[in-house]
Amino acid sequence: MEIKGLTLVVSACALSICGTASAAWEPTKPIEIVVPFAPGGASDQMARTIQGAITKNNLTKTPVIVVNKPAAAGGEAMLEIKAAKGDAHKLLTTSSGLYMTPLSSKLPVSWRDFTPVAMLAQDEFLLWTYNDAPYKTAADLMAAAKTGQNIRIGGAGSKREDHLITWALGDEAAAKITYIPYAGGGPTSVQLAGKHIEGSTGNPSEEIASWRAGNARPLCLLSPKRMAYKEKITDTTAWSDIPICAEQGIKFTYNMLRGMFMPGGVSNEQRDFYVDLFKKVQDTAEWKEYLARTALLPDFRSGAAFVEFLTVDEQRHKDLMDKAGFLAR
Amino acid sequence: MENLNDLLNGFYVALSFKNIGFMIIGVLLGIVVGVLPGLGGPNGVAILLPLTFGMEPVSAIILLTSLYWGALFGGAITSILFNIPGEAWSVATTFDGYPMAQQGRAAEALTLAFTASFIGALAGVILITFVAPLVASFALKFGPAEYFAVFFLTFCSFIGLGKDKRSKILVSLCIGFLLAAVGLDSVSGDLRMTFDNPQLLRGFDFLVVVIGLFGVSEILVTMEEGLAFKGKKAAIDLKVVLKTWASLPKYWLTLIRSSLVGLWMGVTPGGAIAASFMGYGLAKRFSPNGDKFGTGETEGVLAPETSAHAAGTAALLPMLALGIPGSATAAVLLGGLLIWGLQPGPLLFVEQKSFVWGLIASMYLGNIVGLIIVLATVPLFAAILRIPFSVVAPIILIICAIGAYTVRNSGFDIWEMVIFGIIGYIFKKLDYPIAPLVLAIVLGDRTESSFRQAILGYEGSLSVFWSNGLVGSLMVIALLLLFWPIVTEQIAALRRRRASASSAS
Repeated sequence: MEIKGLTLVVSACALSICGTASAAWEPTKPIEIVVPFAPGGASDQMARTIQGAITKNNLTKTPVIVVNKPAAAGGEAMLEIKAAKGDAHKLLTTSSGLYMTPLSSKLPVSWRDFTPVAMLAQDEFLLWTYNDAPYKTAADLMAAAKTGQNIRIGGAGSKREDHLITWALGDEAAAKITYIPYAGGGPTSVQLAGKHIEGSTGNPSEEIASWRAGNARPLCLLSPKRMAYKEKITDTTAWSDIPICAEQGIKFTYNMLRGMFMPGGVSNEQRDFYVDLFKKVQDTAEWKEYLARTALLPDFRSGAAFVEFLTVDEQRHKDLMDKAGFLAR
Repeated sequence: MENLNDLLNGFYVALSFKNIGFMIIGVLLGIVVGVLPGLGGPNGVAILLPLTFGMEPVSAIILLTSLYWGALFGGAITSILFNIPGEAWSVATTFDGYPMAQQGRAAEALTLAFTASFIGALAGVILITFVAPLVASFALKFGPAEYFAVFFLTFCSFIGLGKDKRSKILVSLCIGFLLAAVGLDSVSGDLRMTFDNPQLLRGFDFLVVVIGLFGVSEILVTMEEGLAFKGKKAAIDLKVVLKTWASLPKYWLTLIRSSLVGLWMGVTPGGAIAASFMGYGLAKRFSPNGDKFGTGETEGVLAPETSAHAAGTAALLPMLALGIPGSATAAVLLGGLLIWGLQPGPLLFVEQKSFVWGLIASMYLGNIVGLIIVLATVPLFAAILRIPFSVVAPIILIICAIGAYTVRNSGFDIWEMVIFGIIGYIFKKLDYPIAPLVLAIVLGDRTESSFRQAILGYEGSLSVFWSNGLVGSLMVIALLLLFWPIVTEQIAALRRRRASASSAS
């Protein structure tokens, strides 16, 4: 009996030591952040900001590398992470493409193949028009579409976020809106400034330069509530001054996660290391400056809260894409 | 005048020992990056970017842009020596540069290429210095229809309907379009011709195809012809540089035309690759020696290099003035600007004056530093051709393989390169032109998507391509260039008939 009790104590002890020892897991090789988009885009900027914040503040002992795998609307990067099962030195930055690319292309991959680490923020979407356009509000634009005018809204890629929003706006207003897919948010912004399209649904970071230069103008924010950034961006307007679309009679809202994943098959300790790392990143000056600059909605989630968010968000995309006819046949 | 004052202040910022040191380091690294196929300018800049986070923005961007200049210079070296384009925009340089090297004129060809690069880049910087805001607003006029017209113009000016091999050109072009269509279709969002193979998702990368078609196939041909470089007796002397320079003024028209083509393509932004092909095509069409192009003609090296560099430099203009990257490298630099805490866009010129003008001044200086460095290396690179082929060939093959691998870190690409090497060999044996295929792979995808975007936005009507003066005149010029040989043929035939009719009567 005594011996048995002793072994119990020892084994419990061993377990706890084992626990603390592996909680202190640390990377032994350079950490690779895979960006499923081209250099210069919003996901790339986030990855490089994180890289900069980690490097400048010495948050890890091994270096951080950013690798771009933009092919097949991020499908290539997702397949690579799926194949890298058990590799705790790889991370994937994600947006809604996480569900949209597999759903629209039938690629054999899903976020359930990965290990969710953390959601870092949510990105906002706005409805923009060119500066001297006749539309003062989103309602004006929708009214024009209803009268049969050729209203063109441009965005990045096909069957992705911008396309879905454009479809939803047209669906709600029961009007025909033409969606024009461009190579990315940058080219879309230029096309809007050049008045080749009547509107775009860009993120704040995609249109801010054009807005400040007086080429584009926000109509409304596709979010349940206004942004919190009160600093003036143009002479008269701050992000917080932009009305939400509901104030102009449009019910549809859309936000996009910006999160981090690891390949499947990694241990909880390895995941916890990165959760902890991103918590530290959130406190750096570089990250705070980045949030303000790109007007992201701060929303850190990890563990069960993150998984729950993903489950709900994926179902919403599936339903919307089904109605819009974006699902792969 | 205000611009000149600002520029002088810019020189004051750029001309510190530290910044000149960064320029030299940047150019040297850039040459290495440019020489290695696959490791292109955008990758080089992206790799170096994290190191600059702690630096002053001006020094950081001087280092990175100097790397860009170095890569632009370096791309020509392997094109001329081994027929392997180090960068996509130096493909057209191989057409006449490599024959020159084979004739023992490698040093001359290198000097021509470097000098042309410098002239092109200079034209680009002058444009940025004096008319930045004006040109930037012109770039905004380009919608999908105008983009398509520019690409169409590139195809027409490069290919035209020459007298011979029309059907072969067409076959080569169609294969190129077919290969370009593999992968994700950006307009419909569907996957095309991927056959559920994850390797095909990415489509065919242009660089891998080119390394195979040019580099590997050339080695196969050389092996068959008897294991020898023909450039053995290359004169290796810095005097070649001066001699070559003395012959340059003759070609002023080609240099000016190519600069203009490059500036146009850089701003619009058709890009450096399209510019190099268009510059070559136009030089061939309008030079008195046009028939000899492809056999080692001086202008055949000058034209594409001048255009590529003018375009590469001018591509930075939309980035600075509008916050839109005109090229992949510019896109990475744009990310850098944000990380250093600068907001690109029209206000950059107002809010960050010393940064912008320091950068512009560094463009002048960086190119001068670059030219001096690369010219000094001419004898060194030309001497490589004296090494026996049996030693160099395996090294070239290894460099090719590393290059193909580096493009996307994928072993599959090495096989792709080998297959395209064999295709290139067959093309050469059957006398099919490779260039139309290459052009279609580079521009095919973008041409197609801008065509479809234009049609979409115009409710399905083809009249969009005649809907305004700009796009209409581009289309007319393109069609004129396409049918130019036929038109001149007909006129000549008509004249002959008249002459014979009058002599008969």
